[in-house]
Amino acid sequence: MIELAGVTKRYGEKVVVDDLTFHVRPGSVTGFLGPNGAGKSTTMRMMLDLDRPTAGQVRIDGKRYAELRDPLRYIGALLDAKAMHGGRSARDNLMCLALSNRIPAARVDEVLEEVGLAAVARKRPKGFSLGMGQRLGIAAALLGDPEILMFDEPVNGLDPEGIHWIRTLMRDLAAKGRTVFVSSHLMSEMALTADHLVVIGRGRLLADTSMPEFIAQNSRSFVRMRTPEPEKLHDALCAAGIVVETTPEGAFEVPDVPVERLGELAAEHGVVLHELSPEHASLEEAFIRMTGAAAEYRTGPHGALPAQARGAAEDPTGHRGARTAGKDA
Amino acid sequence: MAAPAAVLHSEWVKIRTVRSTGWTLAMAFLVTVAFGVLLSALTNSRFDDLSKQDQLTFDAAGTSFAGGVLGQLAMIAFGVMVVGSEYSTGMIRTSLAAVPQRGALYFAKLAVASASALVVATVTSFAAFFAGQSVLGSHSTSLGEPHVLRATLCAALYMTLIALFSMGVAMMLRSSMLAMGILMPLFFLVTQILVTVPGAKKVAHYFPDQAGQAMTRVVQNDDTPYGPWGGLAIMALWVAAAVIGGLAVFRGRDA
Repeated sequence: MIELAGVTKRYGEKVVVDDLTFHVRPGSVTGFLGPNGAGKSTTMRMMLDLDRPTAGQVRIDGKRYAELRDPLRYIGALLDAKAMHGGRSARDNLMCLALSNRIPAARVDEVLEEVGLAAVARKRPKGFSLGMGQRLGIAAALLGDPEILMFDEPVNGLDPEGIHWIRTLMRDLAAKGRTVFVSSHLMSEMALTADHLVVIGRGRLLADTSMPEFIAQNSRSFVRMRTPEPEKLHDALCAAGIVVETTPEGAFEVPDVPVERLGELAAEHGVVLHELSPEHASLEEAFIRMTGAAAEYRTGPHGALPAQARGAAEDPTGHRGARTAGKDA
Repeated sequence: MAAPAAVLHSEWVKIRTVRSTGWTLAMAFLVTVAFGVLLSALTNSRFDDLSKQDQLTFDAAGTSFAGGVLGQLAMIAFGVMVVGSEYSTGMIRTSLAAVPQRGALYFAKLAVASASALVVATVTSFAAFFAGQSVLGSHSTSLGEPHVLRATLCAALYMTLIALFSMGVAMMLRSSMLAMGILMPLFFLVTQILVTVPGAKKVAHYFPDQAGQAMTRVVQNDDTPYGPWGGLAIMALWVAAAVIGGLAVFRGRDA
């Protein structure tokens, strides 16, 4: 279990991570989602005690990272693919890490085999492709056979085969009961691998929720209606107690009402319809709306937005907040 | 806490498994011995051209160590790269994730690298002495003469301390390029020039290399305001300052 309490990182005036509090729960894949520059990598470095938080603290099983005895046996991390000495063979790089944490030498060959680098174990990573470098980094993360694994943007820059390999690896690890914490700026990637989501934008926590909950809250389904008689339709819908949103093109979007009922209502009132179509907003759109609201807070005067976005994130039934934020964004 | 023995072992494998260790230490040996022999041979052939004063204060042991002025540059490169390569390669994050106790990691690295430097420097120092004496002919000295063994051992200590000093500086700057760019010209040019400038001499005497070289002499310069042990003390202070400065930076800064 990794616990972050009020973790903040400031570089001079710039707040990169702003009062983050969340837990990474054991035995599941937690996706750490945010646009580029949201503070994901900084947060992960603080979790490993590489960067010192300006305020707040990180605890791993109740201990500070520096208090862990042989930390590679608790947490394996892939931060970036170029974190090895290019002039030292792949095997020797791993051997140095293994020795410092009293991991048997046989384990080095085991992980090299596991990530498919056994054939180039004696080669120097200087000449490795990005994908091979990534595999070596993952071998280092797996070295101590740790309970917790952390991957920072593991699929970045990989070819489809590499991406497939990493997804399978993460699912296998979770299936073995390991805790996996993986960052990404792609919602679609998370939807495939994560059980739980932590979303940040501009260093702030926007959501900390299970994947199904996030989907239920954010995969907004609505019915799109177009008519040459907008006032008449609007009145008819309002009279029936239905809330309507108007798009900039003049169409109506009606959430949470079955398409059949809307058709019947229009017929009852004799309104001509040019369109009556059920629509689904993708998770990617939901994510962009959510983080877009956070971005807007920093650059514009819409001070109330992040509170609403947050409210939506914290309250499983609170559809309103996210939608309002989305509409404004 | 990581086990100190495990961290030392790990650092030893780190040093052993990169090529730069081999070639910088080999260069330190070759350059020091070769230039020592060359200068000794030259001095021997031109001994009669030296002034009476120079002949009286001739330091046969010191002459055979003269190659160290060039050889120390390879030791500087060794010290800088041992520390700086962690930063230039990005390995430092991986290293710290494995050993988050920064003081332990730092001192293990310095201990292993200094021990390696000391072994090579001792071999170099004796090799330079015997090779140099063999071409100095009638002007040569032997280890049995007063202060000669001390000068030879101190020449080895000097090379080791220069390497250690470079490690501290490289850690303070967290960059091989910067550290090389500052240390190389400083020890190869700046202090060498300053000691010949009358006004600057007084200050230059207290530079680490000038102070350290005093302990490698059998015959003391008249204008050096301290003896061999004074020189050692001054150099040790410089090294301690660099090492402590490096520790402070390493502990305080984000990796």
